[in-house]
Amino acid sequence: MYSEKVMDHFNNPRNVGEIENPSGVGTVGNAKCGDIMRMYFDIDEQGVIRDVKFKTFGCGAAVATSSMATELVKGKTIKEALEVTNKAVMEALDGLPPVKVHCSLLAEEAIHAALWDYAQKNHIVIEGLKEPVNDISEKEEDEEY
Amino acid sequence: MKKLIYLDNAATTQVSEEVLNEMLPFFRETYSNPSAVYSFAGESKKAVDLARKQAAGLIGANTEEIYFTGGGSESDNWALKAAAEAYSSKGKHIITSKIEHHAILHTCEYLKKQGYEVTYLDVDEEGKISLAELKAAIRPDTILISVMMANNEIGTIEPIAEIGKIAHENGVLFHTDAVQAYGHIPINVDDMNIDMLSASGHKFNGPKGIGILYIRKGVKIRSFIHGGAQERNRRAGTSNVPGIVGFGKAAQIAGERMETRTVKEIMLRDHLIDRVLSEIPYTRLNGHRTDRLPNNVNFCFRFVEGESLLILLDQLGVCASSGSACTSGSLDPSHVLLAIGLPHEIAHGSLRITLSEETTMEDIDFVADELKKIVERLRGMSPLYEDFVKEQK
Repeated sequence: MYSEKVMDHFNNPRNVGEIENPSGVGTVGNAKCGDIMRMYFDIDEQGVIRDVKFKTFGCGAAVATSSMATELVKGKTIKEALEVTNKAVMEALDGLPPVKVHCSLLAEEAIHAALWDYAQKNHIVIEGLKEPVNDISEKEEDEEY
Repeated sequence: MKKLIYLDNAATTQVSEEVLNEMLPFFRETYSNPSAVYSFAGESKKAVDLARKQAAGLIGANTEEIYFTGGGSESDNWALKAAAEAYSSKGKHIITSKIEHHAILHTCEYLKKQGYEVTYLDVDEEGKISLAELKAAIRPDTILISVMMANNEIGTIEPIAEIGKIAHENGVLFHTDAVQAYGHIPINVDDMNIDMLSASGHKFNGPKGIGILYIRKGVKIRSFIHGGAQERNRRAGTSNVPGIVGFGKAAQIAGERMETRTVKEIMLRDHLIDRVLSEIPYTRLNGHRTDRLPNNVNFCFRFVEGESLLILLDQLGVCASSGSACTSGSLDPSHVLLAIGLPHEIAHGSLRITLSEETTMEDIDFVADELKKIVERLRGMSPLYEDFVKEQK
């Protein structure tokens, strides 16, 4: 059901882990639907993503898309990272089964969430970046009130 | 090649060699249509009669109360739709449970659109319905109670004899989906007050595409497939002779070996449950600890997702299944796990392992050893586990 590349990234996920004191961290998805992705970015003064780590709770495609997304943004500028769309992630993985396309959307969203956190911390505005809507903490608050 | 460890016997089973050998002559040698007049048809007819006797024998039914169908889903559809229609002059209320197979639940949804009312009984955290709730749900217009004998996901065995008694005391028809139970646990339709029972051949080492509906004599239920006199005019279509023969043989073997087989399965099942619960933290067993199918094990591993578990097990040659959303094709995890009260994120981490007669202690220990590593690995990359560990500190 999955491409060889998806299986490779699932079996040998790149950049799994955490970054202590990250420049930005974003968590998207929710446990209810079964996928949660968290991305940690280390961004230098030039706005280059020096390091990136992820943790994911989810299916094979969720792990593989997070892994591929981290590879695609590592070493890139913020502007370049914003261009990493879910389509780019899917193409890099040689495609996903239709029911798993939402995983790639989540990966794109995770990149945006980490960048949003970075922008908030540094009181800057990143052109073209919207506030991520798929943040898990927001979801939980939404449900409470 | 790595060894295949097949632990998804609730999904389907391997046709046993004895069953296959019994079936084979009916493809090329005795291929006659049992409904025909010539003597060549006699052999097929005899084989079908014997199979019906074997199928009936396993559940204490009369031969003429067994109707061969295309499988468990067809039997469930037939039982519900035909009974609903036949008894609609008495009323239009049906009682079932929240943890039925979709062959029942979706049929009930269909009947609701036809103007029937359906009460879905809750289950407790171990998956059992409440007899008090059942009694309270019965109304003057209740025509049918359908509760499964054993659950396909969590293996819990329902109090069928008690349900049957309540149904009969109230003059209500009782159907049970016994697809997972038939051939695995003792069943007696009289002792258990069962009016209709569905079973499927491929769940107990018989072939696929063949099932039965037991219909107690006197129950007025109409034909489901029209167009021929087969199955006492109630289910048209040329008899699937090899399938029927296979069903009968598998039923006979299942009956003969049930005791020795289930003793072994229960021993292995309990060994797996004990090892996993004691060696892998934050794990729960789903379903009743003892009132469960001899071959069923179902766990939830917190902080991990089921499909990932399945892929990693598959790479070791282990076939199992999960009730996670990713394996259901929707965003919701299994309705059974939600009905026993599990929150979504825990239900997503479920793993069902179902044994067979062939399963060995070595297989079970291998799976327990590997599960430990797999769960640890997946937790290592789980943001939920990361948060949990931080909270603990």
